[in-house]
Amino acid sequence: MSSTAQQALAVSRSFVASRPAHRAWHGGLLGTEFAWAIAFAIPYAAVFCAFVVYPVAYGLWLGSKPALYTELFSDPRFLNAVLNTVLYVGIGVNLKMALAFLLSGFFMRKRWWVKSLLVIYILPWAVPALPAFMSIHWLLNGQWGFLNSALWMLFGIDGPIWLNSHWLGLGANIGSYIWKNMPFWTVIFIAGRMAIPQELYEAADMDGATGLRRFRYVTLPLLAQLYLVSTLLSTIWSLGDFNAVFFVSGGGPAMSTEVLATLGIRYAFTIGDPRLGVACVMCALPLLLPMVVLLMHKLRTQEVQL
Amino acid sequence: MSLAVASGGPARRPRYRLRRSLTRAASVTLGVALVIWTVMPVYNMVLIALDSDADEYSGNIWPPDPSFESFRVIWTEGYWYLENFWHQFGNSIFIGLMTMVLTVFIGSLASFALGRMRLRRRWLLSNAALLTYVLPASFLAIPFVHIAHRYGLSDSLWAVIAAEVMFATPYAILIFQQYGRLIPFELDDAARVDGASPVQVYLHIYLPLMAPALVAVGTYALLLAWNEYLYQFLLLSSTKSMTVAVALDQFFDSDEAPWNYMMSTAIVYSLPPIAIYYALRRYMMTGLTMGGVRA
Repeated sequence: MSSTAQQALAVSRSFVASRPAHRAWHGGLLGTEFAWAIAFAIPYAAVFCAFVVYPVAYGLWLGSKPALYTELFSDPRFLNAVLNTVLYVGIGVNLKMALAFLLSGFFMRKRWWVKSLLVIYILPWAVPALPAFMSIHWLLNGQWGFLNSALWMLFGIDGPIWLNSHWLGLGANIGSYIWKNMPFWTVIFIAGRMAIPQELYEAADMDGATGLRRFRYVTLPLLAQLYLVSTLLSTIWSLGDFNAVFFVSGGGPAMSTEVLATLGIRYAFTIGDPRLGVACVMCALPLLLPMVVLLMHKLRTQEVQL
Repeated sequence: MSLAVASGGPARRPRYRLRRSLTRAASVTLGVALVIWTVMPVYNMVLIALDSDADEYSGNIWPPDPSFESFRVIWTEGYWYLENFWHQFGNSIFIGLMTMVLTVFIGSLASFALGRMRLRRRWLLSNAALLTYVLPASFLAIPFVHIAHRYGLSDSLWAVIAAEVMFATPYAILIFQQYGRLIPFELDDAARVDGASPVQVYLHIYLPLMAPALVAVGTYALLLAWNEYLYQFLLLSSTKSMTVAVALDQFFDSDEAPWNYMMSTAIVYSLPPIAIYYALRRYMMTGLTMGGVRA
């Protein structure tokens, strides 16, 4: 921090020295300043209008016919996808967040092997989603997948054909989602825990709080906001998560593990009905919008430092 | 005093020791379980890639006869699915670099206008950024593909770059704005008193002082573009314009493709981002506390 300030000072000094004061920046130039500000903002505004506003408006128009929704709700695959989405997001996000929160406490230990474990632990975060999920897909293959081979060779257990049933397939998707995303959120919570001043724990120690009570009365209240905001953000992102379902179970067997995001893409590009696809995705909005509003409110009013 | 120790010590110490060794055993067990959980899919990738027989996978849990043949095949593009592999690799790099440059450029300009120039109604722009930040990419994919065709960008790398820039810039603006608050306004004012134009303030004060944030966001954008799959799959169709991600998916979808080639392609594709993550690990992990979150 102090080095940044020094650097800043140095920069400003050289700047001041190299450029003699020949004209003051005052009143009359406000007009050009305004023009410059607009010019600086224009590239982003242009990107936003051309690639966000226009597609969103077009999407809303595509999915605006009420007949689409009667068609959608008469499709059992769609209703199934709604159920899957609720389970995938509900279980996946909450389980992941709870585990990440607890594991962040484990990774606060000062032992050398815990620190080196953290280096291995963040591997799923570093691996791109696509190859990781492809590997998990083959890992779970019933005939010669690594998991069943290992179960057989080590314990003599004949594993199930994982991706051949609705519940196991859905479970595999949720597990893969947790595998990929848990390290990132664990690191977030580790950062949150490290920001808690040590004096608070010392004070709690003085008052006789140990173990669970330290957790209950110091850690938990201080990290509650971070946990809430992280969970909201993660829920919003996981609603649109495409890769885990598309590559691990592939939506199978017989499209029984599709979620709204993958089903929408399938309607639009495999079946070739973009209107139905947009309508399918739009059905997530009643779930999505309240969370977006709540999240924006939280981010603005409480200054949660993520 | 000594009496208290004598009476309390022997009774308490074994229990304390027992509890300690129990905690230790529990944490070691947890550690081992975590390693197995974390490494299994990656190990599986390596295991299949090292398999020497392309047609029949043996179902072993360790490579009985490890061979690097499949990596040699990738290197020489010696299989018809891999004919354009290095060209596609170049496409991925091109998209990544362009996304990086444009995101940093557009994001820093916008954040300068928002944070340093006291623009009226700037909340409009920052809300637009926040809204894009929480918009799930897969929800926008269907209309985006149609729009891209309408712009004449079908099967064009620039359509993908536009999509990645659109999703990376909001995060860039958030980070830049938070980081920019650390830079004192007095510096801008001093430069302006000396007659510097906004462009000069941006180039000579804002950008140099923002360097750490620029690097963090640039890395983020590069990795986002490299790792992203859905838009590349939907927007790129010819083998010449495909990226590695799309080529990998073609492998995955075909029934006849040898698994060891597929998995070694997956490894080659994963190595650059893994290397970047681990090289910048300390930096990325502390960078998270800087502000803004994006997986």
